[in-house]
Amino acid sequence: MGAYFSEIFRGLQSLAIGMGITFKEFFQPVVTVPYPYKTIKMSARYRGHIELIENEEGTPNCVACGMCQRACPSGCISLASKSVEYEVEVKGEMKTKKKKVLTKYNLNFTTCSLCGSCVESCNFGAIEFSKEYNLASSRKEDFHFDLLERLKERNS
Amino acid sequence: MSLTLLNAVVAVVIAIGFAALNAAYLVWAERRGAGRIQRRPGPNVNGPFGLLQPPADGIKLMTKQLMIPGGADKALFMVAPVLAMAPAIMSFVTIPFSGSIVAHSMNIGVLMIFAFASMGGLAILFAGWGSRNKYGVMAAVRAVSQSISYEVPMLITVITIVMMTGTMDLKELALSQSGGFWNWNLFPSLSSPLMPVAFLIFFVCTLAETNRAPFDLGEAESELVAGFHTEYGSMGFGLFFMGEYANIVIGASLTTILFLGGWGCPFGLFPGVWWFLLKIYLLIATFIWIRWTFPRTTIYGLLNLSWKILIPISLFNLLLTAGLLKVF
Repeated sequence: MGAYFSEIFRGLQSLAIGMGITFKEFFQPVVTVPYPYKTIKMSARYRGHIELIENEEGTPNCVACGMCQRACPSGCISLASKSVEYEVEVKGEMKTKKKKVLTKYNLNFTTCSLCGSCVESCNFGAIEFSKEYNLASSRKEDFHFDLLERLKERNS
Repeated sequence: MSLTLLNAVVAVVIAIGFAALNAAYLVWAERRGAGRIQRRPGPNVNGPFGLLQPPADGIKLMTKQLMIPGGADKALFMVAPVLAMAPAIMSFVTIPFSGSIVAHSMNIGVLMIFAFASMGGLAILFAGWGSRNKYGVMAAVRAVSQSISYEVPMLITVITIVMMTGTMDLKELALSQSGGFWNWNLFPSLSSPLMPVAFLIFFVCTLAETNRAPFDLGEAESELVAGFHTEYGSMGFGLFFMGEYANIVIGASLTTILFLGGWGCPFGLFPGVWWFLLKIYLLIATFIWIRWTFPRTTIYGLLNLSWKILIPISLFNLLLTAGLLKVF
């Protein structure tokens, strides 16, 4: 008989504790973000698709060595380059030098698994993960990114 | 008040309007309250504070096509939602909002409300059986066993009150508690020292009778899809929804009249309809608060609570009150 009443009493007590918790939560500030109107800053370690990094002149850091292309397990990076001659002053005299300039950097995001091998393999600090997450489309062509074009758009 | 045709029509229009308005805006209040408890904003896009959400929901429900599943019992399927809504509106007829605001005061008001309230179980049974859906039938069986087992302690508690006041007229019941909160039936009196316990029992039974969480086994989404209204869309579903909220208003009104002094002020000042509305909305807020605090019980836990705890205690209270009424 005692156990019967103590069980009822303890049950009621636990109900009261539960209601106390929700009462307190009721007056706490809202923690959700109304998404399309407000967005939160993505964390530094967020992995979006890759993006080229530019140098001070606004051109890509990339030297078109092709390491990322080779590191990619699913072969979704394709890049092209051309050689250009340029003149530099070395010890008071002008010299002609050659360097590779990136002409095309395409990412096929449909097969990318976001493993990050390309970013790891890059020795020139030329690619990074973007913070882009609003990616939705019904056409797969929308996920073939021309990263050089995107870099120009960012700068313009 | 004489019951002329004009009076009756006006009363019905006001009852339907009050029930529909309450149903619509209690859904809004419930969603906002649930949001606050779970620390999210709730509906806030349509209109200021999301106040235009209920009309938008209503238009959406009314413009949808009414689908009747193949092989369903058409008559029962169509009748069930109306049967869920009609008793709730009928009960408004005899509820006194204040000394003068009552559609039709009758001397067996309590009995009438409980008679109509038990029709709610019938509506659920019709809906579950008529829609030819296994989840519907299972939910209907559960809901009916639930409402039958919770009607018993509820009615025993009401008998206790009726014995103390000697009337079944809701108006007289409320008047017998006027003057101040020390006269309310909620507090223990000389003839009935267990009244707070009776109030608790009645409150729990109201929750269970209106199929509210944590006793919403009739629509246990986790195991029964949507319970008895699985097959209902458009306004059929809307009527069930409105019926549920109208029943909540009835339950809160009844609790107010039986235990909290009706339209009387706690301090004996300015009795009137505003005190009644304040009390019922406080009770409804508590219903919402409870719903978003506790998880759903099991059907065994639910029936055990009624048959092993609520019924013995309410019977004991009935006997004690009967004995003490003889003594004093």
